[in-house]
Amino acid sequence: MPAAAPASVFPRLEPKLPSVSKPIQYVGGELNSTVKEWDCGDATDEGVTVRWALMYPDAYEVGLPNQGVQILYEVLNERDWIVAERTYSVWPDMEAVLRAGDAQGPIPQFTVDAHRPVRAFDVFGLSFSTELGYTNMLTALDLAGIPLHAVDRTEDDPIVLAGGHAAFNPEPVADFLDAAVLGDGEEIVLAISDVVREWKQQGRPGNDALGLGPRDELLRRLAVSGGVYVPKFYDVDYLPDGQIAAVVPTLAGVPHRVRKHTLMDLDAWPYPAKPLVPLAETVHERFSVEIFRGCTRGCRFCQAGMITRPVRERSIETIGAMVENGIRKSGFEEVGLLSLSSADHTEIADVAKGLADRYEGSNVSLSLPSTRVDAFNINLANEFSRNGRRSGLTFAPEGGSERMRKVINKMVTEEDLIRTVAAAYSHGWRQVKLYFMCGLPTETDEDVLQIADLAKRVIAKGREVTGRNDIRCTVSIGGFVPKPHTPFQWASQLDHETTDERLRKLRELVRQDKKFARAIGFRYHDGKPGIVEGLLSRGDRRVGRIIEEVWRDGGRFDGWSEHFSFERWMAATERGLAGTGIDLDWLTTRERGYDEVLPWDHLDSGLDKDWLWADWEDALAVADGSSDVEVEDCRWTPCYDCGVCPEMNTEIQIGPTGQKLLPLSVV
Amino acid sequence: MPQPPEQQAPPVQRLRIRYAKRGRLRFTSHRDFSRAFERAVFRARIPMAYSSGFNPHPRISYANAAPTGSASEAEYLEIALAQVVDPADVHAQLDEALPPGLDVLEVVVSAGGSLSDRLEASRWRIGTAVPLAEATAAVAAFLATESVPVSRMTKKGVREFDCRTPVVTFEAVLPDGAGEAGTPGSLVELDLLLRHTVPSVRPDDVLTGLKAVSGLDVGEAPRLTRLAQGPYDEETGLVGDPLEA
Repeated sequence: MPAAAPASVFPRLEPKLPSVSKPIQYVGGELNSTVKEWDCGDATDEGVTVRWALMYPDAYEVGLPNQGVQILYEVLNERDWIVAERTYSVWPDMEAVLRAGDAQGPIPQFTVDAHRPVRAFDVFGLSFSTELGYTNMLTALDLAGIPLHAVDRTEDDPIVLAGGHAAFNPEPVADFLDAAVLGDGEEIVLAISDVVREWKQQGRPGNDALGLGPRDELLRRLAVSGGVYVPKFYDVDYLPDGQIAAVVPTLAGVPHRVRKHTLMDLDAWPYPAKPLVPLAETVHERFSVEIFRGCTRGCRFCQAGMITRPVRERSIETIGAMVENGIRKSGFEEVGLLSLSSADHTEIADVAKGLADRYEGSNVSLSLPSTRVDAFNINLANEFSRNGRRSGLTFAPEGGSERMRKVINKMVTEEDLIRTVAAAYSHGWRQVKLYFMCGLPTETDEDVLQIADLAKRVIAKGREVTGRNDIRCTVSIGGFVPKPHTPFQWASQLDHETTDERLRKLRELVRQDKKFARAIGFRYHDGKPGIVEGLLSRGDRRVGRIIEEVWRDGGRFDGWSEHFSFERWMAATERGLAGTGIDLDWLTTRERGYDEVLPWDHLDSGLDKDWLWADWEDALAVADGSSDVEVEDCRWTPCYDCGVCPEMNTEIQIGPTGQKLLPLSVV
Repeated sequence: MPQPPEQQAPPVQRLRIRYAKRGRLRFTSHRDFSRAFERAVFRARIPMAYSSGFNPHPRISYANAAPTGSASEAEYLEIALAQVVDPADVHAQLDEALPPGLDVLEVVVSAGGSLSDRLEASRWRIGTAVPLAEATAAVAAFLATESVPVSRMTKKGVREFDCRTPVVTFEAVLPDGAGEAGTPGSLVELDLLLRHTVPSVRPDDVLTGLKAVSGLDVGEAPRLTRLAQGPYDEETGLVGDPLEA
């Protein structure tokens, strides 16, 4: 029987809004947002509506600009039988308000579009860019009135589904999820919607033959498709030493390995076409176009580069059309050309010049979020700043020493870098930002201390080519966290004490030299959050208890330094792992071996595990000087056997198309 | 070497705009509104005059914005243009480019002088959850008091000030369509005419003062709506139209 449309909670929320911080984040009404009838599917042939609540589990100001959620929101809402609404993490002040509630009781987690309770939807989809959103998921589930554990949920609860990069190892949150999907979401959300629609149309049947209730039958149908991972249909057994013995499906037809999804032909999916424009201030006040997906550079630390293969470009014409549509529909005057390594687009020079020509004389500005270290980028940057802005340029050598850069397969020499910054300074930039990592495999103090030498050479070169003294260089350092599905998935993570000590020594060294100290800015975080990220990244199902302990102890917004508590995580780890025989070090700083079953081995990113292992061995050989092998870029040289294209039946899709952007006709 | 960009041409026309903040978009803060308005002028392709410098901004002057959370039928701003345009066109284009709830109500060519100087007083309507008799008595008690000190947290810390002096008129009234006057138990609205002073006294300050004097609590989140603001006429005691030449 179709349930009545749930009432909007807005009338209950409204009197509370003056008392919370930034109330605008809870009211919705963004430009280009969509509110559909709850029963919009009634009018279709099937007569069924499928409803999604999409969540980015962080604050609105971070979650709203997220491209993934915006794309899926639009793709789903384009179907006349699907309702998709958005929800974000509420700040602790609002959480207290919702829990205190009103005369009717607590106010549930709600969507910002029509303020419907999240529990009323069929699917509650969460996008995890980072593992640090896990505690926020638990807050949302609890506020929504959805049981935290998948096994406790009933017919009245939505299917709780995770996606995003962190979903490539969902094991730490396996207890809380009904399902997870790997890879590009555009097609799989529609495939899932089809399965849900059919099941609802049939009257939500169970499966008597298999002894499954209606909810498990729906999950079974999703699982047997091969593209949806349902954790509870897999058993994990452990060996006496704590390692995983095997992960085995427990239900007929459920595949041993679940495959990732790869969207081919990005030109056919030019989303977001209706970019959401919030009234509240957010972290990205610009319109972004993803100019390609995937990366071919082979940087060994980079999970994004590994799991999004193969590279698939949007054509110059689609990019041009998306930029024009996006700025006209949003009113943003800043455009970002997004990807993992935007300067690698086969026609980036024509894209840059074409866009700069089109918007010459207007206040539309263009930016590339990530730049490679070479002189080519300076030309690009010149195009991008034609209308006068020269804020800063960012380069990412990642490793401080030549040896380290070889270990991570980031093929940048010191001379490349110096040449590039010389070009930047001589073209009028005054500030260059350099990004490095600390804690990479085989790294020593010496490798990190070389960052200081590099920064000094950069400043010296800048002063030389400009004849000025107001040259600045900011060194920004992040802690390396080994990630699943990368050649470094077996590596030992550096403990936080050593990380902090290394960074302290580097800081000292930079400060000592009075000639340069004031010209070099130094930004880094302490190593503690990285250890928790490492625990969550490579953890198995036993880590779920830690997450729940942290959350019950008040853990929220772990990606925010003002909310993060390392002590809380450590205490919870102690309690959560009691009786398992494993501990924090076992999960983080322990190096894994070839034979070990990794918690994510049953999740297929397309990468051949033996290739990853060989690449890991190459890295170690380069590290001790016994080899000098370099992994080529498959965008420019033939395939290097990572396994993705044959395994996933995909191929790289790149230009050049030879097309140029034409001037836009004046309206 | 980047040269400072050339000086922008001076504006050739100034338009004054009255707009409303309604419904749930009354929770838009002034900063939020100004970003949204800048995007709207770009979307609407209004030929704005820009400030000079490395980071040119469209020339928009805001005047006396209502506090976050209060609705308004009478917010004002002025824009400077690089071309002479028809105010009616700008009205239509801007209204189209702004989300519903931020609504353009009037666009006129500036009569000169300072817009904010013409905003001397505001008329507010406050929705309450109290019966008429109680509200009437409380307002009378407030008006009979010479000085009502209240304090509020500001950017400079807790400030104490008098909320009585700027109150010109204050009255409990029955909302339109509330039925027969004086029906027992019917809820009232408070009509408040407030002069703009330094430090500024907001309608919620007056409600704080009202409670201090009379003990009347108007409820958890009274709905505040600015109905008008403009020049204050001492003789008639009315708020005039700031867009009038």
